[in-house]
Amino acid sequence: MNREAASENQLDYPMPRTCPFDPPSALIKLQEEEPIRRVRIWDGSHPWLVTGYNAAREILSDRRMSVDSDRPGYPFSSDGGRGRRQVNKVLTNMDDPEHQFVRRMLTRDFMVTRTRAMRPQIQESVDQLIEKMLAGPKPADFVEALALPLPSLVICQLLGVPYEDSRYLEELSRIQLSQLSTAEQTAAALRGMLDFLGKVVDEKDKNPQDDVISRLVVEQMRTRVMQRHEVVNACQTLFLAGHETTANQIALSTLVFLQNPELLERLRTAEDPAVIANAVEEMLRYLTVIHLGRARVATEDFKFHGQHIKAGDGVIVALNAANRDEDAFENPNQVDINRKARHHIAFGFGIHQCLGQPLARVELEVVYSTLYRRIPTLALAVPFEDIEFKNSLVYGVKALPVTW
Amino acid sequence: MKVTIDRNKCVGAGQCVLAAPEVFAQSDEDGLVVLRVQTPSTELREPVRAAANLCPALAITVEDD
Repeated sequence: MNREAASENQLDYPMPRTCPFDPPSALIKLQEEEPIRRVRIWDGSHPWLVTGYNAAREILSDRRMSVDSDRPGYPFSSDGGRGRRQVNKVLTNMDDPEHQFVRRMLTRDFMVTRTRAMRPQIQESVDQLIEKMLAGPKPADFVEALALPLPSLVICQLLGVPYEDSRYLEELSRIQLSQLSTAEQTAAALRGMLDFLGKVVDEKDKNPQDDVISRLVVEQMRTRVMQRHEVVNACQTLFLAGHETTANQIALSTLVFLQNPELLERLRTAEDPAVIANAVEEMLRYLTVIHLGRARVATEDFKFHGQHIKAGDGVIVALNAANRDEDAFENPNQVDINRKARHHIAFGFGIHQCLGQPLARVELEVVYSTLYRRIPTLALAVPFEDIEFKNSLVYGVKALPVTW
Repeated sequence: MKVTIDRNKCVGAGQCVLAAPEVFAQSDEDGLVVLRVQTPSTELREPVRAAANLCPALAITVEDD
């Protein structure tokens, strides 16, 4: 046991939140006092926790840090997180050159120009989901009506997964990401998803269409550049990362807007698309739904901001604290949709930075520029205090009852 | 100002294209960075610097005149 662990000064991570939109105040206090220090996590291990913006970027782009969860010392977020990694190894847990090989099979599909070209189709989906909600009973659960189906629909269309099966995949995703799931539960949910997507891959092999899975099958699998399980793993990562994150960002930012009528009015009346695009960046920074940090493990000894990191030490980078660092953002705890916030690290930093970020941006821009105009009377249907937040790798609300 | 890119480092995050589309693009072939202008004019100094700072893979280098 290391010295910090033995001392009275032991600190458990993650800490409970004090305000639903802010990182735990204990985390912000650490940023001021000990921007890199040891913490105790769920399994009793003591990884380092990095809370400062600059230090976070440095660790996430440091080639001496590994994401390989097979290395001893890798700090899993929960027993469930460890369970998933026993089933398959995905892009986010691969180091280069393996990581580069897989990532480059997918970069083309998430190019800025390609995701922008999807905008009319995304607009149509948003319009339809809104009309469907308006035609239904009041109050409605906004998560079920729009926040979840939109990104789910978009990623299904992109991948070529039948949308009628998305509910099943969404439920498997929820289990995989919940902090309350056991290793057995996450492993079973992940296996279910891999089995399902494996069948889709085989289907595309017989009858290729114009979608990402078909392209991977035809260009990579048939030419034996990628093996079947690599294609299936890649699809699983894209599905999981492609809907749960954006869904929570849509629901949570809508809740923030509904609590701030002035903000809502500015979005509603914005003529310049740049205002909306800027608001998207600010909300990504402010909410940082990937709120339990990014995990790394050191592969060498090195000195870092006055501390000695040793090979095999786990390091957790608190993206949510980094995005509230005064050194990087003035008045960081205030929502300011006019601020320059694009340097936030809500999508992470380093070679593993979110591949789907251009797609997330387009989806959020379409929602922000459409929803509050189409339903100017949109309002919470319950007192704010009744909104329940979830204990998941991706932060968000369990449901968002709205009326109009 | 002179810009150099390292395609081997690029991870196709698209940050540079959003920050300075006059200078950076992504190849249709592989989604990786393509330099449109090697020596951008002075009015592009700020967006180019922003692109270099935003690049998660540290694949952009900017040299001032």
